[in-house]
Amino acid sequence: MGNGTRLGRVRGLGSSHHGSQHWLQQRLTALGNILLVGFLFVSFLRLPMTDHGAVARWASNPTVALALILMLVSVFWHLRLGLQVLIEDYVHGDGTRLLAVVLLNFYAIGGAAYGIFAIVRIALAPAAGLAPGGM
Amino acid sequence: MAVSILHRVSGDGLAIVGASMFLWWLGALASGPDAYAAFIACVWHDPEAGTFHQITNILGKVVLIGLTWAFFQHLFSGLRHFVLDTGAGYELKVNKTWSTIVIVGALFATAATWLYIFKEALNG
Repeated sequence: MGNGTRLGRVRGLGSSHHGSQHWLQQRLTALGNILLVGFLFVSFLRLPMTDHGAVARWASNPTVALALILMLVSVFWHLRLGLQVLIEDYVHGDGTRLLAVVLLNFYAIGGAAYGIFAIVRIALAPAAGLAPGGM
Repeated sequence: MAVSILHRVSGDGLAIVGASMFLWWLGALASGPDAYAAFIACVWHDPEAGTFHQITNILGKVVLIGLTWAFFQHLFSGLRHFVLDTGAGYELKVNKTWSTIVIVGALFATAATWLYIFKEALNG
């Protein structure tokens, strides 16, 4: 590490902040998305999508419900990383950028929680003797 | 160039429009047959469609076709990024060839998907 130029002072220190962690998580969730969204895509094409009973029976199958929950985690994690880069590139000013990142985290965590809760309801409603209710 | 900005555009479209629409669909599915029928009538097909649902039925299909394209575009250019991550494919000609294949492949896959869906809808 040199102490002359600005480049010299940072060379060899690795990436600042969480750059490599972000990079790795983006790729790991990308692999998850290929498998899980691929499964969702094929299922959508094969299901009678306008038939509530058939689609709900499909979603309440334990394997399918587990795959959908994993998909929501993988997708919302991945989109949080992707939209964070969008904000970092296009939203300027510390205050507005912080606000945008906070809203992004609300969207990503809230959206994933809403989706997982909906799947749990669909999967467990028959066992609990629950009628479907408003979400 | 083009394939890079398309990766961002398709990814952000999927993240905002695609994820929201999926949650809307999932919420309707969890809410029971009536709510699910209301969702289908709004987005896909309403047998007794008024003017409003005639418009939303068309908009719904436009959005779904757009999301299908965004899915394939982002999937294919994402796979391209995995190859680039290994350090391969940076030669100008190779890079340009695969960029073109990604864009053409996404359009082709989108067209094939929707031909299949409309064919099933006509036969069903």
